[in-house]
Amino acid sequence: MDRDRPLTGVAGLAILAVPALFLGYFFLYPLASILITGLTSDGVPDLGPLGEIASRPRLLGIAWFTLWQAVASTLLTLVVALPATAALSRYEFWGKRFVRAAVTVPFVLPTVVVATAFLALLGPGGPLGLDLRRSIWAILAAHVFYNVAVVVRTVGTAWERLDPRLEEAARTLGATRWNAFRAVTWPLLRPAVVSATSIVFLFTFTSFGVVLILGGLEYATLEVEIWRQATALIDLPLAAALSLLQLVGVTGILVGYARYQQRRAHELPLLSARATARRPATWRERGFVAATVGGLVAILGAPLVVLAERSLRVGDGHGLTHYRALAELDEAGAAFVPPTTAIGNSLWFAVVATALALAVGLLAAAVIAYRGGRASRWFDALLMLPLGTSAVTLGFGFLVALDAPIDLRTSALLIPLAHAVVAIPFVVRTTVPIMRSVRHRLREAAAVLGAPPRAVWRLVDLPLISRAALVGAGFAFAVSLGEFGATSFIVRPDRPTIPIAIFRFLGQPGAQNLGRALAMSTLLMLITAGAILAIDRLRVGHLGEF
Amino acid sequence: MSLRRVCALVLVTVVVAAACGDDDTGPPATGPPAAIVLATHDSFAISAEVLAGFEDLTGVPVRILEAGDAGTLVSSAILTKGKPTADVLFGIDNTFLSRALEEDLFIPYASPGLGSVPDSLELDPEHRVTPIDFANVCLNYDKAGLAAAGLSPPTGLRDLTMPAYRGTLVVEDPATSSPGLAFLLSTIAEFPEGTAYPWQTFWADLVANDVLVTSGWEEAYFGAFSGGSEDGDRPIVVSYASSPPAGVFFADEELAEAPTAAVLDGCFRQIEFAGILAGTEAEATAQALIDYMLTLEFQEDIPLNMFVFPANAEAALPEVFVEHTAIPESPNSLDPAEIDANRNAWIEAWTEIVR
Repeated sequence: MDRDRPLTGVAGLAILAVPALFLGYFFLYPLASILITGLTSDGVPDLGPLGEIASRPRLLGIAWFTLWQAVASTLLTLVVALPATAALSRYEFWGKRFVRAAVTVPFVLPTVVVATAFLALLGPGGPLGLDLRRSIWAILAAHVFYNVAVVVRTVGTAWERLDPRLEEAARTLGATRWNAFRAVTWPLLRPAVVSATSIVFLFTFTSFGVVLILGGLEYATLEVEIWRQATALIDLPLAAALSLLQLVGVTGILVGYARYQQRRAHELPLLSARATARRPATWRERGFVAATVGGLVAILGAPLVVLAERSLRVGDGHGLTHYRALAELDEAGAAFVPPTTAIGNSLWFAVVATALALAVGLLAAAVIAYRGGRASRWFDALLMLPLGTSAVTLGFGFLVALDAPIDLRTSALLIPLAHAVVAIPFVVRTTVPIMRSVRHRLREAAAVLGAPPRAVWRLVDLPLISRAALVGAGFAFAVSLGEFGATSFIVRPDRPTIPIAIFRFLGQPGAQNLGRALAMSTLLMLITAGAILAIDRLRVGHLGEF
Repeated sequence: MSLRRVCALVLVTVVVAAACGDDDTGPPATGPPAAIVLATHDSFAISAEVLAGFEDLTGVPVRILEAGDAGTLVSSAILTKGKPTADVLFGIDNTFLSRALEEDLFIPYASPGLGSVPDSLELDPEHRVTPIDFANVCLNYDKAGLAAAGLSPPTGLRDLTMPAYRGTLVVEDPATSSPGLAFLLSTIAEFPEGTAYPWQTFWADLVANDVLVTSGWEEAYFGAFSGGSEDGDRPIVVSYASSPPAGVFFADEELAEAPTAAVLDGCFRQIEFAGILAGTEAEATAQALIDYMLTLEFQEDIPLNMFVFPANAEAALPEVFVEHTAIPESPNSLDPAEIDANRNAWIEAWTEIVR
């Protein structure tokens, strides 16, 4: 076996086959099917709808808005998240674990619920005292709220393992704090930042619920317009054409991303997170931690606190009425989803989706990290595509494509399968950088100590990789709990999940319905925070913590 | 947890999941089907006992398949034409009816239960679809909110353009919301094009009077309407005639009087239909399900589950409906074919006026 590229040859191909077939069948095939269905008439390609886009200024305006709001949202997310990530990676302080887990909570909350909190905070009665309710700022703020977790957790995984002595050495040699960061830490960190940035960009580029609800009539993304055309105007060809346009944009981004990955060749010197983090020593450091982490907690916490407070509001006072009303549903049944059923279904789907995403994602990551070469970098970019694909289009793609050989269209299994397609990129993004970095150490250690490579892999690589994989697993779990993207558009058997139960409550007037929806959302927050904390605590092997 | 255990757990989960998936995908049976599949939108709700009643009657259980909102339901039925995912589809309304009929999605069936359904609800003479329920999209107002502003309830649509009602109304976007579309159609029926006061002028006047538009009913009712939650500051909203009884039924504490009321003038009638999907292998059972959906047992269960009115005129209404709402006598209506032919152009024109 070639030590430098251990996954070439037949074994490598076999490992490549699993993720390739999985994504081919559950992503590319349905996507191609629906686009072909939409853009042919009577079997003949009909590109008329593409011309229609070009001739309608409103649609071109939507394309332009989609692009610029994604750029702005991504930059803002980085500005908010990166300093806090530095503090969370470099310093040890009370509540750190909780903050790292809690940033994932926004990820799972249904937009319709989050929007109520945002409208309250950004309204004239909110803390800012300004009416930003129907402005672009509401959209940007919500995008930051939803996506901060991506940066904090993916960049954090790399940052907390960077050897701080590198930067300290530069400081000793006379570099300023900023120059030491710029010249030493930043280049090592950049691949992780680029990964996180690309995910946030894809998410905001295809943003749906946030823009639909907070954008009003003025703002729409391609994703919102695709949904409008496909489900309200039933113009499936135009919806397909818009999806194609969206896909072209996303592919452009991913080509840039693949090119970047091609140029970078750093291998990170990795340490245990405990060895790199220390208590903030000076007032300056304490101030930095307080400002960045405090700011993050305020931005993410305010809407969550508003929601939790409202779930407790009864008349003019507070109480557990709505939680009791939820519990009653377990007996009453009838029109509503019994909450324990919804929670059970959600957890079950999330476990299956996470298992699938880990199994497929880790194999894909191994191919990308160990096989190397141009093809694997393109494979890497291709894996990201589901994050940037129109959810409604893919949902309809499942309907058109997955009827044979086994009719999966109405199978309950399709739900976690769809979740896994969206979750795989997270597993890949969090593990590839770590796998690449430890490869180098593996060779050195094996050579110096004379240990068989397999033993070194088991003792050194595996604990580090599994740590990263668990971060990916946390995202997969959250993606599934929150019913991301295509998963909300697939036809489903009557197996209601937590988000579905929340929508049901909001379907009828009445204080009790709003209260139950908010109570259910608060439960969803707690379940998510609990699950991510539990996943964070899992450890494989011991080296991760030496 | 050791890695081996994690791996084992992953493997077991995947295998179990795969096994579970197989439950739902048996080969098509001959004779009575193993289950009859009802595709519907995600607002569908009926009591479990009532659904089980069909199985008691025929020996065949009903399986529910949900497909998003009404529009998504129609789109997915069109995309799976000939290879349907279900036997019966419920939840197509008069705003999408024409499109579905044009696509030949349904097999005709005249249920004997239609005898108890008013003729005004039967829009397809060929019986490809059967009316199951109807609702009226009407203006709703918050009694306390209007009183606080010193206003009397509007008596019709035209009132909304008066300066007194400035900044009081919230409506839904017809391009993204079904009650929003119904309200636009109502205004088109009431202020026809080519008259001295066409709907375009009406909407321009509403815009001048500071109408607020939200993307969906939830945001309008719970976010902007003062009768829906304390966040709202607009006392008039486009909702359903059955919203006031729902507000009473789902109140935190018992209410003697409904805090909101519907304006019964200028309403638009939405009729929901069920149809047997072409390509089904269980046509006879599907017919039995349509029959069952028109029985009193099913029809009388509809109001408190979906807050709409049963199509069967003999079905008794629950007390909360009788007390807090009424059925408008002469709602606005438009021919489904006219709706289908103009829907996109109307929505585009509306968008140009309002944004």
